[in-house]
Amino acid sequence: MLKLDGCLIENGSFSLQADFTVETGSSVAIIGPSGAGKSTLLESIAGFRDLKRGQILWNRGRISDLSPGQRPLAILFQDGNLFPHLTVEQNVALGLRPNGRLSGDEQAEVQNALTRVSLFGLGGRKPAELSGGQQSRIALARVLVQRRKLLLLDEPFAALGPALKAEMLDLVAGLVAETGTTLFMVSHDPQDARRITSHTVLVADERAHPPASTKALLDNPPPSLRDYLG
Amino acid sequence: MKHLMIAAGLLSATSAMAADKPQLTVYTYDSFVSDWGPGPQVKEAFEAVCDCELNLVGVEDGAALLSRIRLEGENSDADVVLGLDTNLITAAKETGLFAPSSVSAEYALPIEWSDDVFAPYDWGYFAFVHNADTPAPANFRELAEGDTKIIIQDPRSSTPGLGLLLWVEAAYGDDAPEVWAGLADNIVTVTKGWSEAYGLFLDGEADMVLSYTTSPAYHLIAEEDASKAAAAFDEGHYMQVEVAAKLAGTDQPELADQFLEFMVSDTFQQIIPTTNWMYPAVTPASGLPDGFDTLITPEKSLLFSPEEAAAVRDQALAKWLGALSQ
Amino acid sequence: MAGRAQPVSPWPGAGAAALVAALILGTLAAVALRAETSAGFGPADWAALRFTLVQAVLSAVFSVALAIPVARALARRRFPGRRALIALLGAPFILPVIVAILGLLQVFGRAGWISEVLGLFGLSPLRIYGLHGVVLAHVFFNLPLATRLILQAWQEIPAERFRLAAQLGCNGTAMFRLIELPMLRRILPGVLAVIFAICLTSFAVALTLGGGPRATTIELAIYQAFTYDFDLGRAALLSALQLALTVVAALAALRFSQGDGFGAGLDRAIRRWDGGSPLFDVFWIGTAAAFLLLPLAAVVISGLVGLFEMPALVFRAALISVLVAAASTAVLLLLALPMATAVATGRYGIVELCGILGLAASPLVIGTGLFILIRPVANPTTLALPVTALVNAVMALPFALRILVPAAQDVVTRHGRLALSLDMDKKTFFTRVLLPRMQPQIRFAAGLSAALSMGDLGVIALFADPHIATLPLQIYRLMGAYQMQAAAGAALLLLLLSMGAFWLLDRGGRLHAET
Repeated sequence: MLKLDGCLIENGSFSLQADFTVETGSSVAIIGPSGAGKSTLLESIAGFRDLKRGQILWNRGRISDLSPGQRPLAILFQDGNLFPHLTVEQNVALGLRPNGRLSGDEQAEVQNALTRVSLFGLGGRKPAELSGGQQSRIALARVLVQRRKLLLLDEPFAALGPALKAEMLDLVAGLVAETGTTLFMVSHDPQDARRITSHTVLVADERAHPPASTKALLDNPPPSLRDYLG
Repeated sequence: MKHLMIAAGLLSATSAMAADKPQLTVYTYDSFVSDWGPGPQVKEAFEAVCDCELNLVGVEDGAALLSRIRLEGENSDADVVLGLDTNLITAAKETGLFAPSSVSAEYALPIEWSDDVFAPYDWGYFAFVHNADTPAPANFRELAEGDTKIIIQDPRSSTPGLGLLLWVEAAYGDDAPEVWAGLADNIVTVTKGWSEAYGLFLDGEADMVLSYTTSPAYHLIAEEDASKAAAAFDEGHYMQVEVAAKLAGTDQPELADQFLEFMVSDTFQQIIPTTNWMYPAVTPASGLPDGFDTLITPEKSLLFSPEEAAAVRDQALAKWLGALSQ
Repeated sequence: MAGRAQPVSPWPGAGAAALVAALILGTLAAVALRAETSAGFGPADWAALRFTLVQAVLSAVFSVALAIPVARALARRRFPGRRALIALLGAPFILPVIVAILGLLQVFGRAGWISEVLGLFGLSPLRIYGLHGVVLAHVFFNLPLATRLILQAWQEIPAERFRLAAQLGCNGTAMFRLIELPMLRRILPGVLAVIFAICLTSFAVALTLGGGPRATTIELAIYQAFTYDFDLGRAALLSALQLALTVVAALAALRFSQGDGFGAGLDRAIRRWDGGSPLFDVFWIGTAAAFLLLPLAAVVISGLVGLFEMPALVFRAALISVLVAAASTAVLLLLALPMATAVATGRYGIVELCGILGLAASPLVIGTGLFILIRPVANPTTLALPVTALVNAVMALPFALRILVPAAQDVVTRHGRLALSLDMDKKTFFTRVLLPRMQPQIRFAAGLSAALSMGDLGVIALFADPHIATLPLQIYRLMGAYQMQAAAGAALLLLLLSMGAFWLLDRGGRLHAET
């Protein structure tokens, strides 16, 4: 269970309040107008931004004092999810051991993850030699070996075409369902939210509202969301 | 870095091998120890007779050499300093770091030598060197009135530069500022040291360069080139007498004395003319090398005593700066 | 707090900066403490200060003003040999001073090539000596550096911006105002400050081209205080003044160059749509090339004969110079990489300031200070080469930092978050991400440093041992022994070695040299 307890996030003149709970294993979309603070909210949970007030808890443990790497979560950004000078395998291996060499078992695990995302045999390539969709798969393979209980997606597939994006989202949905991971994803496309999430957090008017049923929210949007959806 | 240390180690290994012999350390100016200077021959010749090891340490030029000795003070590593000139003797003596010696010889200097601390090893006249096929002025006034272009060295950073300063001072005294003012439009530029000036002269940047009367001997003897000449000035030529002395704090006083005696001996003196391109302080039995006879011999030698040089130096510099900074 | 977490540690860099500052200020203090009585500043020193400032300001302004059109032309045009030209243009910067002066005067001197051509038309020779001569020489030395730094910034403007501006129908002038002017405003203060600082310590160039004692700089006054007057107090005071001037200039530059970076463009090959007249660019590239390459050609021509007349000792000196350059480059990287990393973490501007001190430090003061400090514990002469390597590294540090810092900042911004989210430790980030990502810049900095170290006389003359001479020292010795021709040959060898070292190290940075 992820709990944002009386959180206040400030960034210059911008501020955002968040006070809600997300159940373990659920998939939650974050939706709202541009500039409302969707990414900011995700960055705060991931630990790249300080809270002005409040705390973040995971299963009743306080995580808001931990450094980003020590939080029980994996995150994929809009871009820069891979180190371009490392091979596919090396990139994935960083999810298991960011600082050292892999054992034989761990190497097998990397290969399994690559197979799972249909990249088997491409481990020796550099990311730039692969297509955009394949690059996303590398990042997902790494998420897989990280085995974190919480996955944050900050629109990592925004640059992909609609069919490829849908394919990736389905892959993500399959992975989180299989591992019982809690998914938290920013989206500006209501179809994405409908596709793989049960609940949605609306970020608008300097507030992150508690999760509501995605379907109910999108079928009957409040005014602030209606303006955005058009 | 490791390779560098190894290289440095290899290079200094030769000196370590002879460590059981007594060591004599002589500080001198850099061009003396360079492979084209007298250093290598002097080292070989002295070590053949002294049963010791002679360490020659090069320090830029005469002025920097004295600064180094003052910096090191009483526990200097040097036993002997070779390469000061008469203009530096007073300052050197004031440090109290130098000791008298009993060296004496039949000096072939145009002046009387009676210093009991410093002994001369070579000398020369400052002169303007020009291409032999172009006419040269006969004195500073003629130079100033004509449009002959010259390159000189800065007295604050170079020994010849200081020599020229004292030359004009010795020849003209109170009229020196006027002479300098007259020379201002002849001076193409003033360089930091002798090498820059001479290089520019050879490249054709000026008609004459401040150097020594012995410079044409180099071109004649080493390059068989008779195209360079020194201009004889009828005011007389200022001299440079290069000297050496023993340090009071030396731990090898006898060896130091032996070196100073060696310095005025034939062996050493023979090396000087064609390596340092100066006149030997004592004419060797074999005489001067062929070619030296073609050099001009000034009718009049100018030289301030060490005390006078020290007294007029700062004042002369002020005149020079004043006249050339207009 | 977590939000301030950085993927790399600033502490090794802060330590390196402290070492550099300790070396520069410590040697200064050693000289000051050794002083006996001091005459203090005289009117001549104030005149020297005035001249130093005037020539340094003019030199910096002219170097940068000329570098802008040259860099712009190089950024806009692609032509065969462009890369070689850019590399060659860097050569003046690494020439030993005495060689450069002679080369410069063979072109611009009274008996130089231009004067000879003028003579054919019955015109009087060029009058090169004077303040304008000093500025000309300093532009010769620093135009390549200014061009390279500005060109780098120009190439870092994302191609997308030009595309956007072209799409909006901007002409050349509008594009300049919209995209290029803000870039220049951001980087020019830094470039000006660097060149100003380099010119502050000029001595032989200023004196020789200045035509006389009017052109006395602070560095000459320091030399005079050391050797002519043996007034260590005044030498230390003058050196402190020189450092203070540099610090002020550097602080001003750091202050003015604050502001956001340009971000990263995805597209590397810069294509532009503002066209402009090719004639204009050809003129600037051609003029700069002629100005910089003619004196180099003079060095090459006069050296060719001597190259075959050089005594074997010159080759030994060359070997020693190569070793010193290698050691110096290693030391430089050990200092510069952590320092650049520290600056990239954002709040360690003082680290870069310490690096810039290397520009303003008088070699005479550092050398003498080291001599005073080393002497009680070891024989300075046996340490001549390591000390020379160390001092050369410190002197090259400011340039290396200007090359490395932007790259390090870029890597930390781009990859820092990902590394943090993966819980990568600081050491791993440094070795597995930062170093590989900065390869081109590291090679460029190493090449520059090796070349600079090769050509710099440095402090070796203060520590000289007759058996161990670097190539620049050997050139001075040859000249001092009337052997001007052999010296010219040795100078050509030095030029080849410097360029060779630069090419060898920078070679891998093809991507970068393409900029």
